[in-house]
Amino acid sequence: MKPLAPISNTARIALGVLFFVLFFAAWGYATLGGYVSKTFLASPLTMVEEGWLLITRHGFLADIAVTIWRVAGGFTLAALVAVPVGILMGAYKPVEAFLEPFVSFARYLPASAFIPLLILWAGLGELQKLLVIFIGSVFQIVLMIAVTVSGVRRDLIEAALTLGARGRGILVRVLVPASAPDIAEILRLVLGWAWTYVIVAELIGSSSGIGHMIIDSQALLATGQIIFGIIVIGIIGLISDFAFKWANRRLFPWSLA
Amino acid sequence: MSELVIENLSRIFPGRRRGAATRALEPTNLAIAVNDFVTIVGPSGCGKSTLLRLIAGLDRPTTGRIVLSGTPVAAPGPDRGMVFQSYTLFPWLTVADNIAFGLREKGVPAQRRRQVVREWIERIGLAGFAAHYPKELSGGMQQRTAIARALANEPAILLLDEPFGALDNQTRALMQELLLGIWERERKTVLFVTHDIEEAIFLASRVVVMTARPGRIKADIRIELPHPRHYTIKTGHEFSALKARLTEEIRGEAILAAASQ
Repeated sequence: MKPLAPISNTARIALGVLFFVLFFAAWGYATLGGYVSKTFLASPLTMVEEGWLLITRHGFLADIAVTIWRVAGGFTLAALVAVPVGILMGAYKPVEAFLEPFVSFARYLPASAFIPLLILWAGLGELQKLLVIFIGSVFQIVLMIAVTVSGVRRDLIEAALTLGARGRGILVRVLVPASAPDIAEILRLVLGWAWTYVIVAELIGSSSGIGHMIIDSQALLATGQIIFGIIVIGIIGLISDFAFKWANRRLFPWSLA
Repeated sequence: MSELVIENLSRIFPGRRRGAATRALEPTNLAIAVNDFVTIVGPSGCGKSTLLRLIAGLDRPTTGRIVLSGTPVAAPGPDRGMVFQSYTLFPWLTVADNIAFGLREKGVPAQRRRQVVREWIERIGLAGFAAHYPKELSGGMQQRTAIARALANEPAILLLDEPFGALDNQTRALMQELLLGIWERERKTVLFVTHDIEEAIFLASRVVVMTARPGRIKADIRIELPHPRHYTIKTGHEFSALKARLTEEIRGEAILAAASQ
């Protein structure tokens, strides 16, 4: 193999699929071959079977829908607050000086540690779940966007200045469009983290959602169901990732080489 | 009549961490006449780019002042168009929108903008590329667009900071002819910084030679080659004589600059 040498599209897809095949093969070999106790790890076949039962008998699709709604809701709220704040922080140094220390501190507060407090404040309802995701995402987005915006190429700003652009023009017509693809990329990344927070939120004091199903299954030692839940999360994550990438390509055709 | 007057202009960059301050530009006086094409040539580190950035208003002088058409320069503005050595087209805008950027900031109506853009795209020979993004263009095409973007704004003076420095020799020669052609037609006031002596002579009606750090003006030479200039004059006797003279002027400076680094 030569470093950085490109490969064909077919080879790329085949190799990507190959890993999944090997992964399931190894898993199947370990479980079906009897090397791992069924109590601790279900086989792929049991997983599919139990997954099917979950969907047909136990209304798991509703759980999936609830979880997706929580992620989407909490993440959208966080983005609505964080994107403008992050842009202002990146663009204006006084705003940065005012907010940066607090945001940097708040970023390290683990969202999951807020759960008991949020249950006290907001109860066990949807608001509490949304808030966990909001707290987990908002500070990260703010900081990452601020860094991106303040890192916009100086020469582009100088070019705009010599063309007569002023404060607001620089912000709206240079800083924002220049960092838009990176902002979209940041949102894609943080959305992935939001999925972690929602499951944690659902593990504690919840009566619906994928996380709730997982904690229920643990009580029943139904490892097949747990793994099915985890895989469902992975698949949804993969789909949202592809959707984001596709949208970014459509929205920012100029940014890709 | 002088369009641009520079009086006693200097720039000292303060030393970092108690290091010695860098005297990038010694107090300099320079007057540039309306519609003159002046090139500033000198070895790297002679402060020629610093001078241009000061005129553009992108940097503040330590002493002295700059007066453009009777008004002192305090900040960047659309009256001083600039073309940079690095590719500074806005990557998210098409060629047409890049050229229209300054007009938009000025609030020129869309219809008039389209008309100006069409004219400029024609003049720089990029018909058919109006809807292309910068990444789809070659370096030469990008710099042509950058020149059009600056000129579409109708600045009082056009500043160019080694705009063809990153281009290969053939493209660079074509770009020089294009720029000169535009100047011969439009008669703009142009200040062009380069380290390429041939480029400096071919384009200019006046060549200013700057010394090595700290930068000072060492020589100021009128170029009387007739217009319109054809590229073949580069091999003519008069051109060679000018080139020999300027090479001599700059060689000593380059040696000094190399020794001080």
